[in-house]
Amino acid sequence: MSDKTDITLIINGQSYAIRVESRRTLADAIREDCGQTGTHIGCEHGVCGACTVLVNGEPVRSCLMFAQQADGKQIRTVEGLADGDEMHPMQRAFMENHGLQCGFCTPGFLMLAVGVLEREPDISDHDLVDVLSSNLCRCTGYQNIIKAVRAAAVEMRQS
Amino acid sequence: MKPAPFTRHVPRTVDEVVSALAEFAPLDGRILAGGQSLVPIMAFRMARPAHLIDINEVEGLDRLAVDGDYLSIGARVRHGAFHKPVIDGPLGKLLAFVVSHIAHYPIRMRGTFCGSLAHADPASEWCLVAATLDAQLVVKSVRGERIVPVTDFLEGIMSTSLAEDEFLAEARLPLLPDDTKFGFYEFSRRAGDFAMSAALVTYRLVDGVIADAHVGIGGAEDRARRITEAEDVLNGQAPSPELFVAAGEAAANAIEPLEDIQTTAEYRCDLVRAVTRRALERSLQ
Repeated sequence: MSDKTDITLIINGQSYAIRVESRRTLADAIREDCGQTGTHIGCEHGVCGACTVLVNGEPVRSCLMFAQQADGKQIRTVEGLADGDEMHPMQRAFMENHGLQCGFCTPGFLMLAVGVLEREPDISDHDLVDVLSSNLCRCTGYQNIIKAVRAAAVEMRQS
Repeated sequence: MKPAPFTRHVPRTVDEVVSALAEFAPLDGRILAGGQSLVPIMAFRMARPAHLIDINEVEGLDRLAVDGDYLSIGARVRHGAFHKPVIDGPLGKLLAFVVSHIAHYPIRMRGTFCGSLAHADPASEWCLVAATLDAQLVVKSVRGERIVPVTDFLEGIMSTSLAEDEFLAEARLPLLPDDTKFGFYEFSRRAGDFAMSAALVTYRLVDGVIADAHVGIGGAEDRARRITEAEDVLNGQAPSPELFVAAGEAAANAIEPLEDIQTTAEYRCDLVRAVTRRALERSLQ
């Protein structure tokens, strides 16, 4: 019953050949088996959104997906946002707008916002607030996160 | 907070799904679709199935198309598919309006329409849509296929008439006439949280009076259903604020309210009164 299966996770373009139990969540596999600890695990039952990653371009809760289900799929995590020393516009906007304090929820918010804006570049400010209600932050009170994402959205639309 | 061990099966065809179900359902096996309800309860160890039959790789189940007079929604069609109207006319708009109330964006990327029906949470928006619009459900097993009206499918809290070896392969929603008006209103304490009551109404205006009214209530009873008492109030009458209040009153009087630690029966009835009236008001906006 605890038989392991060989799978390949493609995280930020790099392949990781790993061997996991069927019950291994994608979040745990990314962190524990692939060593990519930028993805954070908060509630482990799909409420907080800290573990949000992109799977084939879609933002998903990686604690509610099994690693075996992501076999061969394109996964993007917070480690893949920056281009070398050049931060992603979303990362820079969070810094400039004080969109974080402790930073625990930030990787999830970054991947959520980047994922949605890449899929729907012209999303309205109102709908963007609704999207950001997906994830929990206990430091900022959300206003600076909303400011940051709106600023980055303008920049991402121009580029 | 980690799911208990299980064996994962990955069928590629519907035939393989029903074969796997026939073999493993008696051994505590069940279907894994989007997993947005099942995986959390597995993390809590409230569910610890020994086998999961993962239908995410099954060909054909992602079909979303109009067949004659209904919209066919395959078992792999995710909530997010409805973010933009999937068809012209009122049904596409209705589904796009309702879907924004289901959980949150990343959940909608994974969770499925049919999975919501099979899970049968009383607060499910899709159960309310299916009940209000008189959906037909296509259920499959090695024994064959049967088509079940939604009233015979939803049986109670997280309870359906699916047999152990059956799975919900497709939901069929009747297309709505172009002049159909609809309104949806949901009350929950937080955005994306479970509805404490929700109402969906559809009707047509013929010579200024309401015809073919459907009033569905979800989140208030053990299952979503149409409330004929409220429909009777509406049919044959011209829309008015007083009429909408009367329909809300009829709905509140007709339900057998669920009670929980936060919600007395009286409060739930009051919510039903309000969401019914507000859904009707939205139908005119």
